[in-house]
Amino acid sequence: MTRSVAIRVRGLKTAYGPHIVHEALDLDVFEGEIIGIIGPSGCGKSVLLRAIVGLKPPADGRVHVFGKDVTHLGSRDIRAVQELWGIMFQDGALFSNLTVQENVMVPMREHTNLPLALMRDLADQKIRMSGLETWAGQKYPSDLSGGMRKRAALARAMALDPPLLFLDEPTAGLDPITASGFDSLIRELQGTLGLTVFLVTHDVDTLKGTCDRIAVLGDKRVIAVDTMAGLRRHSDPWIQAYFGGPRGRAALAGEV
Amino acid sequence: MAAPGFDLQPSGHPDGGQRLTLYGDWTIAGLSTIRRRLASSLQGAAPIERIVTADVGRLDTAGAFVIDQALREQGIDLDRVEASQRIAALLKQARDIATREEQGPVEVRTGPALIRFLERIGGAAVHVWDEFIETLSFLGETLFSVTATVIRPWKMRWKALVSVMENSGLDAVPIVAFLSFFVGMVVAFIGASTLAEFGATIFVVELVGIAVLREFGVVLAAIILAGRTNSAFTAQIGAMKMRQEIDAMTTLGLDPLDVIVAPRVIAMVVMTPVLAFVGVLAGLGGGVLVGWLALDINPSVFFGRMQDFVPLSHFWVGMSKAPVFGLVIALIGCRQGLQVGGSVQSLGQHTTKSVVQAIFSIIVIDALFATLYMELDI
Repeated sequence: MTRSVAIRVRGLKTAYGPHIVHEALDLDVFEGEIIGIIGPSGCGKSVLLRAIVGLKPPADGRVHVFGKDVTHLGSRDIRAVQELWGIMFQDGALFSNLTVQENVMVPMREHTNLPLALMRDLADQKIRMSGLETWAGQKYPSDLSGGMRKRAALARAMALDPPLLFLDEPTAGLDPITASGFDSLIRELQGTLGLTVFLVTHDVDTLKGTCDRIAVLGDKRVIAVDTMAGLRRHSDPWIQAYFGGPRGRAALAGEV
Repeated sequence: MAAPGFDLQPSGHPDGGQRLTLYGDWTIAGLSTIRRRLASSLQGAAPIERIVTADVGRLDTAGAFVIDQALREQGIDLDRVEASQRIAALLKQARDIATREEQGPVEVRTGPALIRFLERIGGAAVHVWDEFIETLSFLGETLFSVTATVIRPWKMRWKALVSVMENSGLDAVPIVAFLSFFVGMVVAFIGASTLAEFGATIFVVELVGIAVLREFGVVLAAIILAGRTNSAFTAQIGAMKMRQEIDAMTTLGLDPLDVIVAPRVIAMVVMTPVLAFVGVLAGLGGGVLVGWLALDINPSVFFGRMQDFVPLSHFWVGMSKAPVFGLVIALIGCRQGLQVGGSVQSLGQHTTKSVVQAIFSIIVIDALFATLYMELDI
């Protein structure tokens, strides 16, 4: 079975000055899958995300998103690709001078020519979809709790119904109930819309609850990409420690 | 990509009613007018018997929202929609989201517009008064904290103090010197062209001497500091506030007034006179240069005449204002920084406020000093 590839990373090298974060990194993300990215703190998970979406120009290598080489696109072409992805940053990165509703409307204003009333209604829909109530749309991000800001950020990431969603630590800092709500929300969206989701996380429960495959970063490369069951049989000591440690075992306890 | 569209036809069902056929790609990019068209077609039309979606290409949550909204407004249940599993799921999701019960906070809207308007005026007046009281109490707290550190010098944060002195004092020397130099030149030129009509160009010495010593040196330095250092204080402290660093300090038992405000206030009280002195020297330099090159007043003649005809009291009048300006600049900068709330917008507002208040205060205080010294005949 050949599946079409949503993100293809080949020979990626990123560096901050003399400090090399990735070298010769290869990764394929298939269309319609949820891929989890894990790895020790500081191994460059978020940098990989930034490199794919073009925030961190790579020192070498290529990144293709839906067949387009995003590392060498002009500003006009990159806009077309930007409509295909939604990004949820670690701390939400909501625009603090706009209300939540206006935040969600920003991508719509920028990339579509919908009438204002429809944009407002769609923004409210996205806000409700992310699990917030409509009144939260009138609030400013600083008036919301951390969990609500994450949901608002997800609503903005989904504003254009993009086929590709990047989520950077979506459940970090959330209580377990909210976090599992988040997991099922992502799962449900993926099911109805056939989304491809690139999920950077540390949360074993999220990995178990949502991801089709998991890519493990380490040693400047992807050291393994497999399903969770496959990874648990992997010989790498870090992976063993990750899934075999007390938290990993607790999360997986229900499975076996 | 096919534009979204729809058809309304009699369904052929024995009970009458119509059949709504949807086709095309119902995705967010193509929705610009379809919602209005769909709503107005369904409005007042015969009841819809069934909805056919077999020709719908792509559908996203935005498209599902528009379709579901139109059906919901006509009170049509989703079970009349003939749809694939995927489309049915999306429509059901849209309906579930739209009809989910909310228990949001009750909107508080009190009284008619006039009352709210009066309320706002009252609120603003109270705010001005509160601001005044708070500034005074901040001044008091700061003076207390500064005095406490001055009488117990071993508790002073020397590193912070020296670093602030360098950043906002030493680093400002070139700009203060440069601007004062040019203002000195301008004063000399303007004076020269007027005084030349009376053949009294030599009085340029008094003009430049008194203006620079008494006013320009110190006021220029203070205004540059208000734009340069005061805003930096507000931005630094405001960013620390936003990142909860101030909260962390407080819980660790550190008083932000001791750690942040006191070193800045002390540094500014010390450094503003130094910068004012630099400003005075540079301003005189500008005047001397113009006198020498344009008016043929030899520098030695210039300084000789200054010693004879410009009393030293002018210098002390100017310098006496400098520490007060320094204190005011540091106080306003720090206070506005500590007022910053959680948002970036609030940081911008307070930085603006801080610079405006600082420059305003400098001019007003300068005027007060002028009146005071005039009454004292100095």
